[in-house]
Amino acid sequence: MSEEYNRGYLDMELLRFTTAGSVDDGKSTLIGRLLYDSKAIFEDQMEAIEKASLKTGNGEVNLALLTDGLRAEREQGITIDVAYRYFATPKRKFIIADTPGHIQYTRNMVTGASTANVALILIDVRNGVIEQTLRHSYIASLLQIPHIIVCINKMDLVDYKEEVFENIKSDFDRISTKLDVHDIRFVPISAKLGDNVVDRSTNMDWYDGPTLMYLLENIHIASDINHNDTRFPVQHVIRPMKEEYHDYRGYAGRIEGGIFHVGDKVKVLPSGLSSKIKSIDVFEGHLEEAFAPQSVTLSLEDDIDISRGNLIIKDNGLPRSSQDIEMMICWFDEKPMMLGGKYTIKHTTNDLRCVIRDVKYKIDVNTLDHDKEDKKIGLNDIAKISVKTTKPLYFDSYIKNRNTGSIILIDEATNNTVAAGMII
Amino acid sequence: MDNKYRINHLRELESESIYVIREVVAQFENPCMLFSGGKDSIIMFHLARKAFWPARVPFSLMHIDTGHNFQETIDFRDNLMKETETKLIVRYVQDSIDQGKVVDETGVNSSRNILQTTTLLDGIEALKFDCAMGGGRRDEEKARAKERFFSHRDEFGQWDPKNQRPELWNIFNGRKHMGEHFRVFPISNWTEMDVWQYILLENIPIPNLYFSHEREVVDRDGTILAAGEYVTLKEDEIPVKKIIRFRTIGDMTCTGAIESTANTLEEIIEEVASTRITERGGRYDDKRSEAAMEDRKKEGYF
Repeated sequence: MSEEYNRGYLDMELLRFTTAGSVDDGKSTLIGRLLYDSKAIFEDQMEAIEKASLKTGNGEVNLALLTDGLRAEREQGITIDVAYRYFATPKRKFIIADTPGHIQYTRNMVTGASTANVALILIDVRNGVIEQTLRHSYIASLLQIPHIIVCINKMDLVDYKEEVFENIKSDFDRISTKLDVHDIRFVPISAKLGDNVVDRSTNMDWYDGPTLMYLLENIHIASDINHNDTRFPVQHVIRPMKEEYHDYRGYAGRIEGGIFHVGDKVKVLPSGLSSKIKSIDVFEGHLEEAFAPQSVTLSLEDDIDISRGNLIIKDNGLPRSSQDIEMMICWFDEKPMMLGGKYTIKHTTNDLRCVIRDVKYKIDVNTLDHDKEDKKIGLNDIAKISVKTTKPLYFDSYIKNRNTGSIILIDEATNNTVAAGMII
Repeated sequence: MDNKYRINHLRELESESIYVIREVVAQFENPCMLFSGGKDSIIMFHLARKAFWPARVPFSLMHIDTGHNFQETIDFRDNLMKETETKLIVRYVQDSIDQGKVVDETGVNSSRNILQTTTLLDGIEALKFDCAMGGGRRDEEKARAKERFFSHRDEFGQWDPKNQRPELWNIFNGRKHMGEHFRVFPISNWTEMDVWQYILLENIPIPNLYFSHEREVVDRDGTILAAGEYVTLKEDEIPVKKIIRFRTIGDMTCTGAIESTANTLEEIIEEVASTRITERGGRYDDKRSEAAMEDRKKEGYF
């Protein structure tokens, strides 16, 4: 596979980032600017937007119409759901999860943040750090987005003054001490006029940092994946029923952590049985080693009973195992959480049942205060809870591994996904 | 790009799609994969073969045939199925018309595009499929940008875009009640450019229609249509020969060609990189109204 890594445009890195905000912050303008300047907006899309902007009658071309894809969104002029947008530069391919910023859409922000490498937080320079800034930053830290870029927008409206930028920056630094974030960058921009978005601003000589696009193209994301603790949740067992593969049994799945080599000693959970990796198979042939997030098929030296939901690991860096699990959750459903209620819990390739044992506290996402008295958890609430599962689960804390530390809860009557959980 | 343990964007997309296709087989009892013979369904099928190798693809492919396809597409399809020993089910829009379930449109701009929905939903019901995978991509169209990987359909096959299940990390909720089904879109995160780059990287065969060739065409309101037997010509329309290729392949009646001399995958990629019109910009079916796609999708379209 190595030669393809020298083939120029075929060799780009994929970066997923999330944005949250309302039209007023200039979020849509910023996305529009990124798409437009990287030539990801096409003429026919532009024409369609121009036509639609005339209809809503505010004169200006409304770039928000690019991302607001549903009829209801266009009619009401709001973003309801997560929209995914794509653009590429010669260095990277980008996936934007564009989410609404208002508190009533916390669940959409959480959804968009779940797969992001980078969070863009927008601050209107005239308003500074407000409630919404704290909320968006908290969600980014709760979902463990490794990198945060704070764009201080509309610098043109304060005459590009350094002092205003620096004040907001120190305000943000103050709130970020309450959050679990490690990599925060600040960029003074004007999305509308393009300052420091793709091209360097000539209006802010005092700023010698990178532009937003430079950061997006160069932030180091390769080490965000946990390459130490090996995790291979079995998705599906492959039995070819073909003459030439008569006795073949392969375990198909995606590596969620670590590096596997042919010959490695492995253990299967929950059975605890051991074996060795015989081969790592892909369509093209066999690999000597494989790592997260590759989808591969493993075959083992010994014929042991393995099925979907099992976890294959190497001996070092064992996962935790318990039936009593504490987690932070965000509630997604109109119907409130039932304390003592039973739900289906989905974790990697496992489906189990669990009962909600306790609410430890509820978070006020505007102040980050903990409320230990209020046990009512409803739509968009974020809380720390404990659950008991019917069988032990093999998991990591979410901080250690986003894919083996996350769960969803499903209402068994409606089949709806009612909560997302980050294991502590 | 110094890190040894990283994969490029195409391999990451590939890994994600393979994961999704395997989830479908694990979570559903009787899934199928929709196959049109266009490049998106060709790469989706290619990814499915990779996902289960060395076993065969453990589900059937279903083609909703409008009867207005390019012959090249049908030949390509039949060849591919034979080579890969894959079971293909074909459901014909003509049958739905003959059964009186739908009425063929008439006139110069007539198309069987919308009629496909009925044939598709009937096929899903008759063959008791609980999941149909499709090659839809989020970058294609604004209503598709809101689509989930696992998209729930009620017992009428309808999509409720305002009430979709949240989808986080790589955990997919395929639970449903009797009579409901799912549409799953394994290549949701691919762009047109990714698809072309992947075809080049993997050397995947595609129909010749995608490459530059000479063909009799008519220019209708800026859309270049092949002058074939299913395209009803207006009185003043005279077919002319042009050097063209197709960016998407659907029905002859609504698939617009572009004038192009791109003859290799490298040339196509260069052309896609410099073009300023979206892929579906040439699709007559999308031009009917601003929410044309959303409306069709709600009804149960692909």
